[in-house]
Amino acid sequence: MSPAEEAALRQSDRNGWLLVLPALIVLALAAILPLLVMLVYSFLTPGDFGNVEWQFSWDGWVSILFQRDIFDGTLGLADAHLTIFWRSIWLSVVTTALAFVVGFPTAWFIATRPPAQRPIWLFLVTIPFWTNLLIRTFAILEVIRSEGLINTALIKTGMISEPIQMLYTDGAVLAGMAYVYLPLMVLPLYAAIDRFDMRMLEAAYDLYASRWLALRRVILPIVSPGIVAGSILVFVPSLGAYVTPRVLGGGKNMMIGNFIELQFGQGRNWPLGASLSMTLLVIVTVALLFYVRAANRGTQTHG
Amino acid sequence: MAERFAVNRLPGFTTIAILAFLALYIPIITLVFFSFNAGKTVMDFNGFSLQWYAVAWNNTAVQEAAWRSVVIAFWATVIATTVATMAALGTTRRRAFKGQTAVYVAINQPLMVPEIVTAVALLIVFAWVKVQTGYQGLGYLILAHAAFCIPFAYLPIRARLEGLDLSLETAAADLYATPWRTFRRVTLPLLAPGIVAGAMLAFITSLDDVVITEFVKSAGQDTLPTYMLGQLRRGVTPEVNAISTLLLGLTVVILTAFFLLTRERR
Repeated sequence: MSPAEEAALRQSDRNGWLLVLPALIVLALAAILPLLVMLVYSFLTPGDFGNVEWQFSWDGWVSILFQRDIFDGTLGLADAHLTIFWRSIWLSVVTTALAFVVGFPTAWFIATRPPAQRPIWLFLVTIPFWTNLLIRTFAILEVIRSEGLINTALIKTGMISEPIQMLYTDGAVLAGMAYVYLPLMVLPLYAAIDRFDMRMLEAAYDLYASRWLALRRVILPIVSPGIVAGSILVFVPSLGAYVTPRVLGGGKNMMIGNFIELQFGQGRNWPLGASLSMTLLVIVTVALLFYVRAANRGTQTHG
Repeated sequence: MAERFAVNRLPGFTTIAILAFLALYIPIITLVFFSFNAGKTVMDFNGFSLQWYAVAWNNTAVQEAAWRSVVIAFWATVIATTVATMAALGTTRRRAFKGQTAVYVAINQPLMVPEIVTAVALLIVFAWVKVQTGYQGLGYLILAHAAFCIPFAYLPIRARLEGLDLSLETAAADLYATPWRTFRRVTLPLLAPGIVAGAMLAFITSLDDVVITEFVKSAGQDTLPTYMLGQLRRGVTPEVNAISTLLLGLTVVILTAFFLLTRERR
């Protein structure tokens, strides 16, 4: 490489950096630095009326799992916290499973339509995806509340006389999350199935595979990067969900997101809220690293 | 002759898929339908009426929240689209510079971090800044919205840039156009559909935000979504359904325009 070319490339690098700089400044101010500040706050002492005292303390982190006995000061497991973590995790896992069971056939259906029809079906999945999460949660609310669609239909047809209480249960949160996050499962699954070579399936049937065996031994392993991608894309927002459990779960059926909010409101324990947020962030980051690996594998096998 | 064996048909899949599409749309249609209900709940459908739209329209709290939503979304879109366009120009069509991966991670960060985490982190920082500066205005919300709108603006612009034909710019340079003139007269017009598409996504994203706004806003700074969330304490009112329907309509219109704009020409 001649010195002139090298200088031109260096100039090009410099221009590249200058062009991304404004975006980085905005992101640093309102997305990245705040996380670092929050990390600092997780090691401080809660103030009497919210906010913090500038005094170092491990309590924010310790009280994620433990609580100090008010009489003898010994540490015991904080059962209420564990219940919330456990509920968040199992609700997110079941939401993911539910979204897969419904989303896989849906993605398969779209991918096996004639090519001209596929964009229309995809568009039908995309509209709910882009529709305000709050509106979709309200929509579910209209369906399941006591004066809602299901109860009205059941009462009008005489199957029940009193409305069934569906709202403010774990089931309501589950149905709501599966509903709002379903498009996040369908879209990556569709992308994976779309690349799937149907001749593989012909080969399987030629070798006397049953449909079930072909699904289990041929289709699922080949589209597995799409399955991993879709599952993580559903699991991650479910775990951090705030709006859906607040609207459909009410005050009792809290998830981690609502528990974090509580610490900044009535709980007046900002350090605990900060440490909980950092914990959630770490879990989500680990899940996303798996996602990146799955996504890379997906492009390699079909590259 | 026996029915042809359809290789890609799996038993039950079509049924589940149709049910899934119904499940996706029935709640939304219910919501839209009952925003036109003369009665108060799904229980009593008293015929078609626009009264809940009138109620929403005449509610000053709704008017103010709607206006605030639009102002925030507008400025957030302008900022996010401008910096995202520059970032897209900086990260495409040149050799990858050192640290480019870190730049990608930073740009996509708002897509990866749970909203509630960003929301409380911003609450902490802005609470401090508010005390230090005494400034309570919409600037905090605009800055926060601009940041999480960046990836939504960046992705379509970058996609458009990657599909552009470099030779057009080379031709312009050969005809003695200055780099700036080339950019303004050749690159920018070709890039315009990508920029408009990115701006649309940024606008919808800002307009729809609940969580971050809920934590960052000062007293009396409700946007439409946070106003709706606040109304929930009084139970669902058809008024909220009416506002939802209008927002939904706006989303569908913008999305349709987005798809027409980014559709590949065959």
